[in-house]
Amino acid sequence: MTWLLNILEPLLFIAAAPLFAGWIKWLKCLAQNRKPPMPWQPYRDLAKLFRKETLVAEQASWIFYTAPYIIFSVAVLAATVVPFVSVDMPTAEIADVIVLVGFFALARFFQALAGMDIGTAFGGMGSSREMTIASFAEPAFLMAVFTLAVSASTTNLSAAIEYHLAHPHLIHPSYVFAALALMLVAIAESGRIPVDNPATHLELTMIHEAMILEYSGRYLALIEWAAQIRLMIYGVLLANVFCPWGIAQDTGLSELAVGVVAIAVKLAILNMVLVASETVLAKMRLFRVAQYLGFAYFLGTLGMLIHIVVEVGT
Amino acid sequence: MEPIEAGVFYTQTVGFLAAMIVFTAFVMLAQGKLITLINSFALQGFLLALITVVVAKVLGYRHLYISAGMTLVLKGMMIPWLLRYLVVRMGLHRHVDPAERPVHLMLIGASLVVFSYYVTLPIVRLSMLETRNILAVSMATIFLGMLLMISRRLAVTHVVGFMVIENGLFFSAVVSTYGMPMVVELGIAFDVLVAAVLFGVFFFQIRESIDSLDVDKLNRLREEQE
Repeated sequence: MTWLLNILEPLLFIAAAPLFAGWIKWLKCLAQNRKPPMPWQPYRDLAKLFRKETLVAEQASWIFYTAPYIIFSVAVLAATVVPFVSVDMPTAEIADVIVLVGFFALARFFQALAGMDIGTAFGGMGSSREMTIASFAEPAFLMAVFTLAVSASTTNLSAAIEYHLAHPHLIHPSYVFAALALMLVAIAESGRIPVDNPATHLELTMIHEAMILEYSGRYLALIEWAAQIRLMIYGVLLANVFCPWGIAQDTGLSELAVGVVAIAVKLAILNMVLVASETVLAKMRLFRVAQYLGFAYFLGTLGMLIHIVVEVGT
Repeated sequence: MEPIEAGVFYTQTVGFLAAMIVFTAFVMLAQGKLITLINSFALQGFLLALITVVVAKVLGYRHLYISAGMTLVLKGMMIPWLLRYLVVRMGLHRHVDPAERPVHLMLIGASLVVFSYYVTLPIVRLSMLETRNILAVSMATIFLGMLLMISRRLAVTHVVGFMVIENGLFFSAVVSTYGMPMVVELGIAFDVLVAAVLFGVFFFQIRESIDSLDVDKLNRLREEQE
């Protein structure tokens, strides 16, 4: 039963990811007084891309052909690590959060290679930028996660969530810092506004779009879908780890229904926060990203320090 | 869910507020805009008053309510208002007093937290106080105030740093000895208020003599060399 659930849950996750991305776009358009595309527009886009002919540059090597499949399958694997609707997923218990970071790094590695493979200027530029940002974002991510790991004494996400549900009245000041740090990293890593603008293909500013400029057809569809899954993984991670209430601890149907509703509500709230910040903020200069992510790293460190100073021994 | 014990509630709330206070100190350290700096100082004052109220409520020390009220009025409202007035009056409200190398400054701040933890470790081992862990945080606030003073150029920032040091001292008094004697506290409160007013006068004096509030320029006031 748990294994069946474990197969169904990532499938639901993958299926819901485009809806989540479309929902953000829909809400953002409404917030900015524009006429929004329907939230399920990304499904139509993906379907269109899958139908279209796939054109590849003559110089492309095997890396270019295989990268989309690797990126997509790694994104799917990463989705199985994060507890989505119910907490006791066997795959989530096998792999911990460091594996999750490793999955992200693997996908990023192949994406950067594929960006450089064709040899156009934009691809190389995008890859170089992506790796620069990643090298700052990864330590910050790990630091935020370590703060969690130290207070729950595990790096396993399921175990950490269960620990929280078992100790509901512990206030963790360190979590506030860890959550903020993770939020900053999530924005940077999923290419949202102060770091990258997902809506444009402007030459000088794009990061993620620059790497996938040469892709078309089903390859592009896979990469886009993987990016949507990654965005949703960050959302679910923030929602479920820092505010685990409502997640199903059983495999009962009513519990699962509650779990689905709970995660939808949490993602909706997170969505509004994201849309508000994207509407208010402007994209920052590339060279300020290091400072921004340095701040995220620092918040993670501060969370760890606060945990050691204030929480240990009380 | 079982009801939360008063003791657990107390230590956790105080711990949470203490973390927030140290965070506002870090925000001030990172912040270049003067108005935002003053606003986060006001927020720190509010949090300090809140923590004092929690201590007074849970432990039943009546006199701490007075301290909390004074903190709220003085550090949460009056001094920030005064500083804001002065900054606007001198036309500095859009002025930015940037920290050089903000990331380094943050890391120095983080190591100061570690240092104060190390320094207070023997006290924490010996003490029977429930809030003994917070002592390191309050000490870190004092250090961060000092760091704020030495890392910036404008006199306004120095004053805010000075007030942060004072906040840290009051904070450590509240969590370690449940407030100072009333006479001392009243004395300090009025000292701080008078200091704020005097600093205001000094701002105008400094600006009149060197045409700026940048204290580094004072080094250049030498006699003409023949």
